[in-house]
Amino acid sequence: MTKMNIVEAVRSALRNELKRDKRVIVLGEDVGVNGGVFRCTDGLQKEFGADRVVDTPLAELGIIGTSVGLAVNGMLPVAEIQFSGFVYATFDQIYTHVSKIRNRSSGKFSVPLVIRTPYGGGIRALEMHCESVEGHLAHVPGIKVVIPSEPYNAKGLLISAIRDPDPVMFLEPMRIYRAIKEEVPETPYTLPLGKAEIVQQGSDLTVISYGAMLKYTREALEKSDHSIEIIDLRSINPLDTETIVNSVKKTGRCLIVSEAPKTAGFHNEIIARINEKCFFNLEAPIVRVTGYDCPFPLSKLENYYIPDEKRILKTVDSVMKQ
Amino acid sequence: MVKKVVQNFSVEYLQVMDENGNVDEKLMPKLSTKQIKELYELMIIARAFDDKAFSLQRQGRIGTYIQFRGQEASQIGSAYVLKDSDWMFPMYRSMGALIVRKHPMHKLLQYGGGDIKGLVSPDNMNNFPIAISVGTQITHATGCAWASKLKNEKAVSLVYFGDGASSKGDFHEGLNFAGVFKVPAIFICENNQYAISVPRERQTAAETIAQRAIGYGINGIQVDGMDIFAVYKATKEAVENARAGKGPTLIEMVLYRLCDHSTSDDAKRYRTEQEFNSWMKKDPILRLEKYMRSKKLLDDKYKREVVKKAVEQVEKEVKAYEDLPAPEPGEMLKYVYSELTPDLKEQLDELK
Repeated sequence: MTKMNIVEAVRSALRNELKRDKRVIVLGEDVGVNGGVFRCTDGLQKEFGADRVVDTPLAELGIIGTSVGLAVNGMLPVAEIQFSGFVYATFDQIYTHVSKIRNRSSGKFSVPLVIRTPYGGGIRALEMHCESVEGHLAHVPGIKVVIPSEPYNAKGLLISAIRDPDPVMFLEPMRIYRAIKEEVPETPYTLPLGKAEIVQQGSDLTVISYGAMLKYTREALEKSDHSIEIIDLRSINPLDTETIVNSVKKTGRCLIVSEAPKTAGFHNEIIARINEKCFFNLEAPIVRVTGYDCPFPLSKLENYYIPDEKRILKTVDSVMKQ
Repeated sequence: MVKKVVQNFSVEYLQVMDENGNVDEKLMPKLSTKQIKELYELMIIARAFDDKAFSLQRQGRIGTYIQFRGQEASQIGSAYVLKDSDWMFPMYRSMGALIVRKHPMHKLLQYGGGDIKGLVSPDNMNNFPIAISVGTQITHATGCAWASKLKNEKAVSLVYFGDGASSKGDFHEGLNFAGVFKVPAIFICENNQYAISVPRERQTAAETIAQRAIGYGINGIQVDGMDIFAVYKATKEAVENARAGKGPTLIEMVLYRLCDHSTSDDAKRYRTEQEFNSWMKKDPILRLEKYMRSKKLLDDKYKREVVKKAVEQVEKEVKAYEDLPAPEPGEMLKYVYSELTPDLKEQLDELK
């Protein structure tokens, strides 16, 4: 076992998979010689060659479009989109082809593609670098959306994503790339996609989060006196509805924390499901702490935008009073 | 200070057979009598299918249909070059190419009639599902060809798109990647002069689409796309180059759609009768017939037989299409993922 942060865990997963299966190919901007702008692919080109860890022309749509062709013809591409704001350029391919080819070919063709991208804010990055794109992606039938929250699950989920026969969007929480170090095996292992994890047991309130917000939500909740159950979603599509519903049935209260804009965000899907499955178990309306309905602000305001301890604890108090 | 010319480029145009069916023997590709007849028969059946599908739409027996009349030489002469194991990326007007590539005609009608299963080609044919969004299939051919190269396989990838698609970023990114990675891909731009109503001049100020290959460092050629011999020759050369590791080729097929854009379109709104008639004279089938007649490969009797056989085969396919059972509602959920997710299982129950 070695202590790894998320960057190292992602790299370890990629190394294991490149070694395991010759069909795996890592491609993107600056992933080769430079090792990725966050160093997630550092050293991999040296180890596996420029045909398998490939610096592409600077063209996101081209990266994903060619990945479709690679995948259909027997390769297992792992494409990196450098920052989440550049994922928008690939939406035509994601919506029109990546997600639909299995369906359009009645299963004859599939796209076992993984698209990795850092997402979310909190590191004073440039504009268009901090987008929370998960809601858009969860709305596309045919792709899976996976969001790790720690080094250990980042590695296990990424390996599962690469081995999964369906296309997977793998959103890496940029803010905590290096914020957590934990024991991670050097050897390959998998964690199931579509399964949430209860990271803290509790009986008064269910708090649901994912990605970088999970860490900051957990830290905030340490200051609360209530018995809180915390769920890390890990995958938002497929969504582990069962784990959510069972927890809310037990606690009767629910708070969702996400840094995506409030309106029509994925958090709202969770509310809808709770309403459908266990409305009568609720003691209080479901509440959410989210980003605001504005473009992700520049660095001087990002701390006001991203849910913080104060907003989370205030909302916990209000939902517990009801 | 230095000022000099660093590069000079030229763009080739290829025509083997003129409008009267006269061929330049020096340019004529090697084709046996049997092959020429096979190409002719494929063009006849493709047109018989096209005409029939149009009338089926008018009768409400299928939905919107995209005709390809006028583009038979371009599609059949190029798809004919491929091996079954090669990859083809068709677009919505590629019915002729799909017929060559053994896609059953009743399945084309099945798709046109509203059942997605019609998109599936036979198992041994690497035909991709027809692209609907313009140009989005171009990068797929690049990636697919790249995979063949990485796997040391000899297969090539050939993709069809129109003059309109050449304006899209997909065209640029697809051809640019293809050049950079030197992949075995063939990009066929069927320049039929109009993207629905918008003329070719509105797609690019460049004089030819073929010359855009130069910007990507790949081979490019402009071809008389209504001359099946020129189409065959240019495609064969491009495919052989690709297989030999000499990189991709962009082929601009200069042609004209001798029909509306689709069954919902009226081309009279944007094309003059005079222009239409001038292109009618270049009809790829008439032209080949003239040639074959001059070489005694075709007489009235043979022609009648070929047409009759084609019409009969198309009728059989129409019957096969109309005998197909309607899709089950649950089918729409079946192939979204490799297996049904818990959500889809629940939705399938709801559907029952």
